[in-house]
Parts: sequence; structure tokens; C-alpha cells
Amino acid sequence: MTSYLLETVKSKFPQHVLETHAFRGDETVMVKKEALPEVAAFLRDSLGFDFLMDLTAVDYLPREPRFELVCHFYSSRHNYRLRLKCPVEGNAPSVASLTPLWAGANWFEREVWDMFGIKFEGHPDLRRILMYDGFEGHPLRKDYPLKKRQPRIQHRD
Amino acid sequence: MGLETSFGHSYLTTRLDAAVNWARKYSFFNYPFVTACCGMEFMSAFASTYDIARFGAEYPRFSPRQADVLFVVGTVNEKLAPVLRRVYDQMCEPKWVVSFGVCATSGGFYDNYATVQGIDKIIPVDIYIPGCPPRPEAVLDALVKLQQKVDRESVLDRKYK
Repeated sequence: MTSYLLETVKSKFPQHVLETHAFRGDETVMVKKEALPEVAAFLRDSLGFDFLMDLTAVDYLPREPRFELVCHFYSSRHNYRLRLKCPVEGNAPSVASLTPLWAGANWFEREVWDMFGIKFEGHPDLRRILMYDGFEGHPLRKDYPLKKRQPRIQHRD
Repeated sequence: MGLETSFGHSYLTTRLDAAVNWARKYSFFNYPFVTACCGMEFMSAFASTYDIARFGAEYPRFSPRQADVLFVVGTVNEKLAPVLRRVYDQMCEPKWVVSFGVCATSGGFYDNYATVQGIDKIIPVDIYIPGCPPRPEAVLDALVKLQQKVDRESVLDRKYK
């Protein structure tokens, strides 16, 4: 089955799209990390994706590239949805921020930084959003010790 | 109270502990420290159907400085732990703590980087209520048990010397 969205993105960025697939109407495009801002801008400006619904990440340790950034877009004009993913390397992971395109990316990216330690280049205020000051490490990484606790105050016995 | 018809102008003698504990246990002012879904069960337990006024504990004070019983209702995480500690420290003696539900009691099924594995790691607890969430009957049972515990205390007891 051909999909209008997937075909459009693929023909526009043949050199950047790594993979596309569609499962029961959920359409996914995997692009190279370097092309993320360019593809995202195209989605927003040409395909009408005005709403960044979610931005998160997955840790696929021990695979390399280790992380995958996952963005869910919605077009309120056309009632389209699209999932855009890009692989991110495990060593000093960083990716371009989507904040200039969607202001709502701000807190999503802070959460991904907090939980996975992926840096977002160009983010206006990249600091932890959920965990407290002084927390070390990124707890949703697969290599974060399961039983590690970082109490803020001394626990009783 | 109707006692005056039997006793008229006379005297009653008792121990100080008995009189004070009698007053304390039937007039708990509770402070609900509500952090999670258990709060809904707390509300139902404290609403008219279960009529917690029968036990004299129907009056929540939303200031720890005016409260006797701290109800910790819901999950407490490491980020919140200093806040709970501070709320407890602000309460005046005599004070008691009720751990409401499994999350407050042991962390419940949250065994992860964020969750305190039981509020007794932060503050001393008098009564634990199991359940996810507890039935209102369990809350009333805990309240009666707390009253029995208070009845055994002495006015000279202090948690901190």
C-alpha cells in the first residue's frame, strides 16, 4: 500500500530517509540525525504538521547507534499523523533542537535530556526538568543501576 | 451529655493521662499530605457516607502547625522527601503519622530510582494502612487502632527529647 505522506517525504529527501514503514495506519519515517531539522521543517511548512504531540527517546543498548529519538507530529488541518525517528549515537549523544520550529519541544527535550542524557543543540535552556538538582546520571538509560537511589535527605536507619 | 442528671453537683476523679488521652483521641485534627490516587479514597473515607465524625476526626487542617495526625496519602518520591520531612517537623507535639496505602507504606510496586521505599525512611510512622487503595473500612479501623495507641501513651511522652 502506498502512502501519500511516506512517498512525499521519501521523494523529497531520498538521500536522508533511512527507512519508512506503515502499520495499520501508523506511518513512520526514519531519517538520518543530521537531516532532522530539515525534514521537520519540511513537515511543518509544506505538509501542515502544526503540532508536535510528543518527543521522546528509546535506549537500545547495546545496539549502536544506541538511542533513537522519536517525534510524533499531528496536522490539525489535515488530520494527519506521522512518526519521525532518528538514530542517535551512544557516545556523547546530541541532536539538533526542534524548539525553533515548535516551541512545545522545549520541555520535551528537557525531559529527554534529563532521562536519557541526549543533548539538544540550540535548545534555549537545557536543564533537568523532572529530577532534582544534584541528581547524577540519567535514570531511563538501560545501564542506570536498577537499585541505585540518590536521596536528598538522610534516610532513617 | 446527660451526666448532670445522674451526678448533679459532684466530683469525678481520674488520672491526668486518662483525661488528656480521652480528649486527644476523640479530637484528631488531621493534615492530609495527599500526593496520588489514594487521595480519592481518602476523600471518600472522610465524606458523609462513612461519617468519620463518629470518631472525632472529621476536621482536616491544611496547616501542619494546627494538626495532630499526618496522613501521608500516596507515593512519596525522593524529590518530595525533604518536603514531607519539613511538614512533619512543623507539627507540634503530640503528633502521629498514618501511612495511607501501600505506596506510602513500602513504595508499593514502584521500586525505582525515584520512589522512597516507605515513608518510614523519612519520618516515624504510627499506623500503616495496607491496600491499593485501602477501603474506607480499613481507614476507620486504622483510626480506631490509633485511638487505642494514643490511649496507652502518657502525657510525659515525647517523640523528641
